[in-house]
Amino acid sequence: MPEPQPAFQFVDLRQQHDAAQFGIWVFLATEVLFFGGLILAYCVYRMLHSDGFAEAGRHTEIVIGTANTAILLTSSALVAWAVMITKLDQGRIAGLLLWGAAAIGVLFLILKGIEYSIEYREGLVPGLKFTYSEAYPGAVSLFFAFYFVATGLHALHILIGVVVLSVIGIRARQGAYSERYHAPMTVAGLYWHFVDVVWIFLFALIYLPGRSS
Amino acid sequence: MRAWYPPRIVIVAWIALLALLALTVFGAYQPLGSGNGILALIIATAKALIVLAIFMELREQHALMIAVAGAGYFWLGILLWLAMTDFVTRPALPPFLQQ
Repeated sequence: MPEPQPAFQFVDLRQQHDAAQFGIWVFLATEVLFFGGLILAYCVYRMLHSDGFAEAGRHTEIVIGTANTAILLTSSALVAWAVMITKLDQGRIAGLLLWGAAAIGVLFLILKGIEYSIEYREGLVPGLKFTYSEAYPGAVSLFFAFYFVATGLHALHILIGVVVLSVIGIRARQGAYSERYHAPMTVAGLYWHFVDVVWIFLFALIYLPGRSS
Repeated sequence: MRAWYPPRIVIVAWIALLALLALTVFGAYQPLGSGNGILALIIATAKALIVLAIFMELREQHALMIAVAGAGYFWLGILLWLAMTDFVTRPALPPFLQQ
């Protein structure tokens, strides 16, 4: 690998790295508000239909949801590990960690797919197959509409993250990243951690309501 | 210690996150009434702060980057605050203003 050079508009690699980080943080701020709008809608409907949302929460798959949370937290830890050792010139090993994190991301998507299929069989998919007719069918339908939009958009982010981590992993295995130059890995890592943060809140809002009553 | 070994702080953060996950699931099954939802959000916020500070390395960043990172959450706070102020107080209004 030749010695990394900054792009022409930057004074040095350090400035380029700062600019890249600044850019991804601005992008993540837009993502906070993107998911934030959904969460606001959820809060309003949960306040208006608190019993119905508790009932709906009991119909989510808590085992799969909890497993998926642990899976994403672990995947995030692997990426944090990868970024930190790349700063110690261990970029090639970091590549393996990124592939591991991506593979765990795929596992998340598989479990999510199993979960969706269970909900489809139980008739909990508004607009497609909604046969639920126990308590609070209207509020349960609202809850599951939120559930599918929020987790669907989140799964799309995971899918993009898996592709990005895989590609950055390949570049890392080729020796592209070092203590001096690792901005792409840092940026990909920040995106992946953010998707993890979104899931932490979705988990609390979707799977936990109504468990104690 | 080899350079590629996992940094201790990552291991500590990972274990703390899994412990908080176990705690939040356990807490969800305790009969706390409206406290359940508050507990879930407090633990979720604690987990998010660990991810932001350690995994995303914000604790090592200068003030400008932390401000940019916090900006989205700040605006989300305004969005939730003003919108919920409306919906929470609406039942207290006279009927002709409740629409």
